[in-house]
Amino acid sequence: MDLKDIIKPENLVYKRTKVLTDNVMHYCPGCSHGTVHKLIAEVIEEMDIQDKTIGISPVGCAVFAYNYMHIDWQQAAHGRAPALATATKRLYPDKYIFTYQGDGDLASIGTAEIMHACNRGENIVVIFINNAIYGMTGGQMAPTTLLGMVTSTTPYGRQADINGYPLKITELIAQLEGTCYVTRQSVQNAAAARKTKKAIRKAFENSKQMKGTSFVEVVSSCSSGWKLTPTQANEWMEENMFPFYPLGDLKDI
Amino acid sequence: MAEKVLKKGNEVIALGAIHCGCDGYFGYPITPQSEVMETLMEEKPWETTGMVVLQAESEIASVNMVYGGACCGKKVMTSSSSPGLSLMCEGLSYLAGSELPCVLVNVVRGGPGLGTIQPSQGDYFQAVKGGGHGDYKIIVLAPFSAQEMYDFVGTGFDLAFQYRMPVMILTDGMIGQMMEKVELRPQQPRLSDNEIAKRYGSWATTGKTPDRKGNTVTSLALDPKVHETLNHRLQAKYREIEEKEVRFETLYCKDAEYLLVAYGSMARICESTVESARAQGLKVGLLRPITLFPFPVKEIQRLMPQLKGILSVELSTGQMVEDIRLSVEGKIPVDFYGRLGGVIPTPEEVLEVCMSHYIK
Ligand SMILES: Cc1ncc(C[n+]2csc(CCOP(=O)(O)OP(=O)(O)O)c2C)c(N)n1
Ligand code: SF4
Ligand SMILES: [Mg+2]
Repeated sequence: MDLKDIIKPENLVYKRTKVLTDNVMHYCPGCSHGTVHKLIAEVIEEMDIQDKTIGISPVGCAVFAYNYMHIDWQQAAHGRAPALATATKRLYPDKYIFTYQGDGDLASIGTAEIMHACNRGENIVVIFINNAIYGMTGGQMAPTTLLGMVTSTTPYGRQADINGYPLKITELIAQLEGTCYVTRQSVQNAAAARKTKKAIRKAFENSKQMKGTSFVEVVSSCSSGWKLTPTQANEWMEENMFPFYPLGDLKDI
Repeated sequence: MAEKVLKKGNEVIALGAIHCGCDGYFGYPITPQSEVMETLMEEKPWETTGMVVLQAESEIASVNMVYGGACCGKKVMTSSSSPGLSLMCEGLSYLAGSELPCVLVNVVRGGPGLGTIQPSQGDYFQAVKGGGHGDYKIIVLAPFSAQEMYDFVGTGFDLAFQYRMPVMILTDGMIGQMMEKVELRPQQPRLSDNEIAKRYGSWATTGKTPDRKGNTVTSLALDPKVHETLNHRLQAKYREIEEKEVRFETLYCKDAEYLLVAYGSMARICESTVESARAQGLKVGLLRPITLFPFPVKEIQRLMPQLKGILSVELSTGQMVEDIRLSVEGKIPVDFYGRLGGVIPTPEEVLEVCMSHYIK
């Protein structure tokens, strides 16, 4: 019996979406980036909008997101993805535009761009991967790094008097009139990933209805940056990140 | 008959954009160029041609909006003045590295720092030598009249798309604020989305159709070979531009023994200087570079054997003069005269300096 006899359409329980490419992802084991990529790709396939979707990749570990989805991509300078998205959406109003950004990209260097794009209510989707660290550059403090958390630039733990407080940017974004949907999700298990996929789907649907900016934060793990195994990283995230960054919808109009 | 209007240089930049079928303008207010966006907002081209006009939150945002729009294969532009251009330099380097077409206007003011809002030519180095990081060039056009301000927007887009690179219009507050008669061109239609997909579908993010692979616009190339190849391709393009796209104007150069070189507002002053020099029987000529990159190296070298010397006249402490010196390779004397702080030298003042070198 060969593979063809086993894998028949009627036996198929899972099929990888055709929107994902065959490229092997460069992410570390347990990294949330890969899971979120898959969810976005599935939503694009299910909504049948592959030819209408333009993604904007950040500077950060997801800079190469363009290697993993068969859609058109723009690679933005660090933090500037919302500016690219603004122009792209205004010039192609019938297309679906999403930015994919890390916490350093979105909540530090790119704070002005994300705030103003959301405040203008650009009809775009923002996927925000909050792993509380600069993954790509080797684990430095991010604006979202928790107090006491050890990073390579806070070797004795983040201290409020020196480093300031972790930034709940999603709460700020939810205050802006231009946003129609602001939610915080995670992908550490199948149930959580299913919820996140629903949120991403809703965000793209909102974009179709021109309701304003949809913002999906995914509280994520970075096993390499946190110096933990993937399993430990998920446990640490549940114990430490979720109390400070509670999951759920902050806004849904 | 073509319509003629009496308008400021900055205002006709806006009209030039609309009339050449520009798809989008993204900008942030700064003196002395705010009239560009103000005129666009008054004209409301989104109701006529469908052009997008947006006031961004900063120059960093505007240049990155230009990046996004250029990725789409659309004709997009921004305008600013010196401090704003400094903020745009990272974006400019990305635009060059990703080989994206766009037009940027710098209505230069005096620096360094917040400096002055008065006219200056102190951003020559930033425009011509880079400004942003890495080995890149942009085409730099230097208009010297309101008519050229108007015309160069369209010319800029033609060059930008032909070579897939940013084009800068480098001007100053004197040309930007000066009112002159300008002959307008007929409205050119904007390209339709289908037309853009057909023309630029090989690289632009127009939406991945089933007949093609996904396009990615990026300046990232971590593979050493790929990165080296990209840079060699860029350099080959710049060499081709140096061969084909040099633009300049000459006045009384045929028998000139002494040459003034000046661009933009300073060329206007030097025109009068040369006229009065000729009236006194002095064999002085003027070379006005219209493209600052590519620089008219060959024209300077062609004139060199007949010349006793060259004077570079600039509203700076001496920037273009370095390119002239590189062109003559030390074979003839090259002098410099410049004023700062918005002080515009009079034609007589320039003539005096010119005589002191010429007669010497
Ligand atoms: C202008 C600029 N400054 C700094 C960097 C260096 N840099 C690259 S990625 C990065 C941080 C990325 O962190 P984050 O956005 O959280 O993404 P992650 O890798 O964690 O997914 C920094 C600072 C850069 N590329 N450009
Ligand atoms: S460093 Fe962190 S964010 Fe980057 S790939 Fe590894 S786990 Fe993911
Ligand atoms: Mg991060």
